[in-house]
Amino acid sequence: MQKLKGKVWRAGNDIDTDLIIPARYLNTHDPEALAAHCFEDMDPGLIKKMEPGDILVAGKNFGCGSSREHAPIAMKHAGFSCVIAENYARIFYRNAINIGLPIIVAPEAARLIQEGEEVEVDPADGAIKNLSTGQVYRGEPFPSFMLDILAAGGLIPYVREKVRARG
Amino acid sequence: MRMTITEKILAAHAGLEKVSPGELINARLDLVLANDITGPLAVKEFRKIGVDRVFDKDKVVMIPDHFAPAKDIPSAQQCLEIKEFSREQGLTRYYEVGRNGIEHCFLPEQGLVVAGDVVIGADSHTCTYGGLGAFSTGVGSTDLAVGMAMGEIWFRVPESIKFVLYGRPKNKWVSGKDYILAIIGKIGVDGAQYKTMEITGEAISDLSVDGRLTMTNMAIEAGAKNGIIAADEKTVRYMTGRAKRPWKIYQSDPDAVYEDVIEIDVTDLEPQVAFPHLPSNTRPVSDSTRVKIDQAVIGSCTNGRWEDLVTAARIIKGKKIHPDVRAIIIPGTQEIYLKAVKEGLAEIFVEAGAVVSTPTCGPCLGGYMGILAKGEKAVSTTNRNFVGRMGHAESEIYLASPAVAAASAVLGRIGSPEEVL
Repeated sequence: MQKLKGKVWRAGNDIDTDLIIPARYLNTHDPEALAAHCFEDMDPGLIKKMEPGDILVAGKNFGCGSSREHAPIAMKHAGFSCVIAENYARIFYRNAINIGLPIIVAPEAARLIQEGEEVEVDPADGAIKNLSTGQVYRGEPFPSFMLDILAAGGLIPYVREKVRARG
Repeated sequence: MRMTITEKILAAHAGLEKVSPGELINARLDLVLANDITGPLAVKEFRKIGVDRVFDKDKVVMIPDHFAPAKDIPSAQQCLEIKEFSREQGLTRYYEVGRNGIEHCFLPEQGLVVAGDVVIGADSHTCTYGGLGAFSTGVGSTDLAVGMAMGEIWFRVPESIKFVLYGRPKNKWVSGKDYILAIIGKIGVDGAQYKTMEITGEAISDLSVDGRLTMTNMAIEAGAKNGIIAADEKTVRYMTGRAKRPWKIYQSDPDAVYEDVIEIDVTDLEPQVAFPHLPSNTRPVSDSTRVKIDQAVIGSCTNGRWEDLVTAARIIKGKKIHPDVRAIIIPGTQEIYLKAVKEGLAEIFVEAGAVVSTPTCGPCLGGYMGILAKGEKAVSTTNRNFVGRMGHAESEIYLASPAVAAASAVLGRIGSPEEVL
């Protein structure tokens, strides 16, 4: 998997999926329509300010709350290339992997990286480099089968391969 | 064998003698569930897998309940998508509006989930069924699509935290909702992240099945993978006559391993109120009485069950809803709705000046049927008080039990039933 590079936007602890994509917009699952309202109740201007490839750095328990897969989909289609956080709520974590949004568990990086800094992330081994300060952090590497899912492009292509092999 | 209930259920569904926390397993699924929000996305992903049929047409449940009866055209379209998919696949467990309910009230009531099951649902409150002694957990739409196709899914076996609730509450209005809010207040919204909350103790033995389902429903609000309460004679009574399949009752071994054991004495526990904007932000109701409210909601997958309506009716009977308040009461299922009509609860509520709505998740997630304007405050028996959850980003939600919500609806501010009766 290729390295990801982008400018950092910061968010706090316990960012719930209602903040990522408010339920009032869940009357559709069109990725672009969802992306247009991503983080609307947290920072209404964020989507217009950010650029494709930018990286969200958050604190603890990112993605808590609802199981809506619309949340990582909205983030991916809004242009976030990756999330770095101290840790994640479990359903969001699975959903992000399943749809192919790299999310890195990196407590130290999540505490120290500041908004506006430029960082480079290697999803394959969790290495994070703060290009603005030169600091290097180590995120938790993915278990091998999750790397297989990410490498396949998400859970569906991964399972499709298994179904095909089964015949 | 040194296993917890959760480990035993997962081992049995993975075809293994024993499983341990941290182990990755593939577990066979007894039921998979989706709704009008998560279902269409699951169907879209299902189509890409390369199988024509779901793994078992009797084990896939589709329920339009979130924005149903449809609140607008796009929502109607999403409801139609799961209906058409259900028809195409010949699903026997599609439940139309008017014959359904809020999914996590409806499935246990209809005996579609039983003790010992492994259930996934594309809805975070799928953890509710742990209240019957089942392993159940919420997943996203893609995991659900794979579950529909394969009839199995991978899990990491979770560590278990045991919560022992002992004593008998002196305050007769203390309910399962207050227990779970007190627990979340103690451990935080990530206090059980990725883990099992196994809830036990004499206070739980005393609790009704409705109250237990309320507790396990909110396990997700502490970040848990599942909440579970061992099935007992009350559970068996509840399942008898409802269960569509045989159940299996598991108990944790006396020497089962827990990551932590948290003991809570409920003797002096007061009804709890979770202040904005996290379910862990709890205070006793006696410290919450200065909050004026604009709306009271009694319902949802957390507190839309029969016992919840009975409690609310006992408090509201013969009183009037405060002039400044909208009270919205939502029976969790059609069966509960009908019973509320037959047994006079609906009349009590309407006479008092409350709205009685058809079953829907509507207001809980800011969909419809009770959206908050800027600056408005609601007391609600629902499960989340996040920013913007029930409407405007500058509205506020205070989570409480049906007893506190009913009393507050009459008082016009948050208060306890003793202030009304």
